[in-house]
Amino acid sequence: MSIDLSQFYEVFIDESFEGLETMEAELLNLQPGEVESEIINNIFRAAHSIKGGSGTFGFNAIAEFTHEIETLLDQIRNGERELEANHIDLMLKSIDCLRDMLRAIQNDEPQESEDAKQLTAQFQAILAEQVAPSGASSDSETEEGEPSQAVSAPAVTKVTNIFDINFTPEPHLFKTGNEPLFIFDDLAEFGELEVVANVQSIPELAELVAEDCYFSWNITLDTTQTEEEVLRVFEWVEDDAKIEVKLVAQFEEEAEEVNDSDKETTEAEAPTQDNELAKESPKSELAEVKVNDGGGVTPPSDKNATASKKEFRPVAGKTKATEKSKSDSSSIRVGTDKVDSLINMVGELVITQAMLNELGEDEQFDHSKLTALREGLAQLAHNTRDLQESVMRIRMLPISFVFSRFPRLVRDISQKLDKQVELTLIGEGTELDKTVMEKISDPMVHLIRNSLDHGLETTSERIAAGKDETGNVTLNAYHQGGNIVIEIIDDGRGLNTEKIKQKAIANGLIEETDGLSDQEINELIFQPGFSTADQVSDISGRGVGMDVVKRNINALNGTVEVASEPGVGSTFTIRLPLTLAILDGQLVKVGDNIYIIPLVSIVESLQVDMNKVNSVGGGVDVLRLREEYIPILRLHELFNHPEACQSLQDGLLVVVESDNEKVGLLVDDLLAQQQFVIKSLEANYKKVDGISGATILGSGSISLIVDISGLVKMAGLKKPGQAGLDFAKPLSEAV
Amino acid sequence: MNEISSSNSGTTEPINLMNPEHENADLVQYLTFMMDDEEYGIEILAVQEIRGWETTTVIPNSEDYVKGVINLRGTVVPVIDLRLRFKLPHVEYNELTVVIIVKVEVDGHDKIMGIVVDAVSDVYNIEKQQAKKAPEIGDAENRAYIEGLINVGDKMVVLLDLEKVLAI
Repeated sequence: MSIDLSQFYEVFIDESFEGLETMEAELLNLQPGEVESEIINNIFRAAHSIKGGSGTFGFNAIAEFTHEIETLLDQIRNGERELEANHIDLMLKSIDCLRDMLRAIQNDEPQESEDAKQLTAQFQAILAEQVAPSGASSDSETEEGEPSQAVSAPAVTKVTNIFDINFTPEPHLFKTGNEPLFIFDDLAEFGELEVVANVQSIPELAELVAEDCYFSWNITLDTTQTEEEVLRVFEWVEDDAKIEVKLVAQFEEEAEEVNDSDKETTEAEAPTQDNELAKESPKSELAEVKVNDGGGVTPPSDKNATASKKEFRPVAGKTKATEKSKSDSSSIRVGTDKVDSLINMVGELVITQAMLNELGEDEQFDHSKLTALREGLAQLAHNTRDLQESVMRIRMLPISFVFSRFPRLVRDISQKLDKQVELTLIGEGTELDKTVMEKISDPMVHLIRNSLDHGLETTSERIAAGKDETGNVTLNAYHQGGNIVIEIIDDGRGLNTEKIKQKAIANGLIEETDGLSDQEINELIFQPGFSTADQVSDISGRGVGMDVVKRNINALNGTVEVASEPGVGSTFTIRLPLTLAILDGQLVKVGDNIYIIPLVSIVESLQVDMNKVNSVGGGVDVLRLREEYIPILRLHELFNHPEACQSLQDGLLVVVESDNEKVGLLVDDLLAQQQFVIKSLEANYKKVDGISGATILGSGSISLIVDISGLVKMAGLKKPGQAGLDFAKPLSEAV
Repeated sequence: MNEISSSNSGTTEPINLMNPEHENADLVQYLTFMMDDEEYGIEILAVQEIRGWETTTVIPNSEDYVKGVINLRGTVVPVIDLRLRFKLPHVEYNELTVVIIVKVEVDGHDKIMGIVVDAVSDVYNIEKQQAKKAPEIGDAENRAYIEGLINVGDKMVVLLDLEKVLAI
C-alpha cells in the first residue's frame, strides 16, 4: 500500500520556500544577545515544518540539516545559549543552502551538497562549544542520506531508550489492509520487544463483527532507536489508530563522558512524555507546547544535570503533533473577496446574455426593440469591462513580494563592504502586475548593489563629510497615473559627473565639445560597458549592468532615470506600466494613419487659439495654456507623414503629460476611444522611437501606440542643444 | 587512421555527386521566387506561409524597404519589400504581388517577417555544396545577402541568406 508521494512534492517545495522566507525575515529581526522568544519560535516553527515535510517525503539530507538548525534554535530558545552574531550568519547561510537543496529536488538532482556538509560541521562546532569535547556526535551526524537514527546513535555514547507504546487501532484497521503483526515485526528489529494485548473490548460473540479489530496493545520496546524512528513504523496506521509513544527511560551506556550536544539533540527530537499524535487537531501541527512532566518542574538549564553517567533520566516532555502538509500552496494567492466579486460579475454576465438571447430569438423584431437591444449591449459592455478589471486585479500583487528579499541583500552586502546601512522600505503595499514583478527584481537588485557599493561612502568618509555614519538606502514605491514608480534613494556621495564625463570622452561616447548638461552626462552610465569604479569588486564594477538594467526595464515598457547631487546622494527612478496587458487609448488621426495615445497620459484636448501661440527659437511653438507654457510637438513631423494637415488651426492639440512635463501633440483629428491589448513591435521587428507598441483595431488592422516620453526625447534629440527643447529645464527658463 | 578516414570520404563523395536526387543530409529544398526577372531561392523550412499583398500600417521613420506591419492572426509582423532592400526599381503592387511569411533567427530570437516579391516560382531540391560563391563584383552590400549561386537546368538561382537579408 504505497502512495505516490511525488504528487505532493510541489506543494512541499512551495511551502518550504515560504517557510525559508519566513525564517529569513525573522532572522533579520534578531539582534545578537537579546532573544525575543516570539521571533525564535517563528523561526523554529518554520524550520520544524520543513524538517517534518522533508522527512515524510524521504528527503533525509534536508531533514537532517534542518535538524541542526533546530537544535541550535532550541538551545537559544531555552536560554541555554546566548544568541551570537555568527549564529545568525550561519543560519542565514543555511537558508541559502536549504534553498539550493530544494531546487535540487525540483530539478531531480541529488540534494546532498558540500555546502550542507560544511555548514553541518559548523553547526556541530557551535553546538559542541561550552561542552566537553565531543567529536563523536559530529562524526555520526554528518552521514548524509542516512535515516536519522544515526543522529542519536553516536559511535561512543550509546543511548538506549525504553519506550512504552500504546497502540489502539480503530475497528476498521484490517479493512485498510494493515496487519499489526508486521508492525510488531518491524519493532522487534529495533530491539527487545514486549507486546501485551488488551482484550477487554472484545464483545460478546453475538455482537462480534469478524472483520473488526477489537484489540489494543501495550508495547514495551528497549531500543537504541529514536522516537522518530519508532513512530515511522506506525506511519501507515497513524490515521487509523491511536498511537501513544512514551519515553519512560533513557540510558547511556559505555559513556565516558556525557555528551551535552548529543543529549540536546535527543531531547529536541524525541520529546517524551504525553507525546501523542494529535491528529484530531491538525491546526496544532506547528504548535509546540511545553508540558511539565508529572512531578517536578524541569529546570530549563538541565545541562548541568547531565554530568552523571548511566543515569536514569526522565526528560521534560513536549507535546508534538505529526506534520500534515497543507494543500493551499500555489503560485498565486488571491483574496477570496476578489474571487467573490468575479463570481458576481459572471452571474451578471450570464443574465445579460440571457436577455440578449431573448431579444435575438424574438420573431417580431422591429424598431421598437432597438432600444432594448442597445441597452442590453451597453450592459454587456459594462459587464465585460468589470470582469476584465477584476481579472486583472487578480494578477496584481503587492510589491512587498519583491521588496522582502532586499533586507537580506543589504545586510549581506553591507557586511561585505563593511559599511553601516539602514534600509527603509516605503509603499510595500503598492500593487503591481505579477509578470512585471517577476522581471523587475533583478534590475532592482543591481541598482541596490550599486547604491551600496558606489553610492554610499565608507564609514570613515561619511564621518569626514559630516554625515551620520550609517548610510541610508530607501526603496519607495507608489502609483502615478497608469504607472508604478519605484525609487531607489541613497544619501551617499552622488554621481561623479566629471569622472563620468572623462570616461565617456575616453570611450569615445561623447566629445569634449558636445556641451552636455550634467543630467545628460549622468544618464551616460546607462551606456554599455560603462563603469567608473576604480576597482572591480565582486559586488559591482565590472562595467556590465547599468545598460542591462536599462534594457530590462525598457523591455517592460518602463524607463529608468537617475538624479544625483554631489555629496547628497542619488536617486534612481524606475517607472513601469502597471500592467502589460490592457490599456485605454484614444485613437487619433495623423494623415492617413491612426495612432493610439494612452488615455492615462492625456490631460486634455483642445483647438489651438493662435493668439496664445508664441514661437521660440528653433521653430518650436509654445502654447500658453492658463498659467503654463506647453511646447507643441507636431506628430506628423516627428513621424514623417507629410500628407497630414500642417497648420495649428486645422488640427487638434492633445495635451499629454509625461514625466511631469506637459507637451501638446498636434494631430489631425480625434477618433474613438477604446481599450487595446498591447502587442510587441519588437518581437518581430525592432524598437521604434516614439512608439511603445502596436495593437489590433476592431477592423483587424494594426495601429501603433504613441510613447509620449519617447516622443519628447525624440523631439529633443532631433535638434540637439537647441533652447526650448530641453524639457529637463523648467519651462520658464526656456521661454 | 588518417588513411582510413580519408579513403572513406573519398568513396562517399563521388556517390553523392553522381546521384544528386539521392536523399541525403546535404540536399535542401528551396522555394524560389521572381524579382525583376531574376529567380531567388530561400530555404523552404523558413517559409511559414504565402499571402497576397495587403495594406500595411506604416511605421514612422522606418527605412523605405520596411513597408509597415500587418496583423497575422494577432501577431504584429513587419513586411519588407525585397526589391527596395536590394535597391531594385520599385513596381506598383498588384494582385500577383505576394508576401512570403518567413521565420528567421535574428540576434538569437526567432522573428516572423513578411517579404514582398513579384511572384512565387518553384520548389527545388538543391545540393548546397554545388552552390558557387557570388562573384566579387557589384554592390558589396547586396553580395552579403547572397549565400551562393546555383544552376537548376539552364536557369541560375540566387540563394539568399535570409538572416542577413532580414537583419534590420
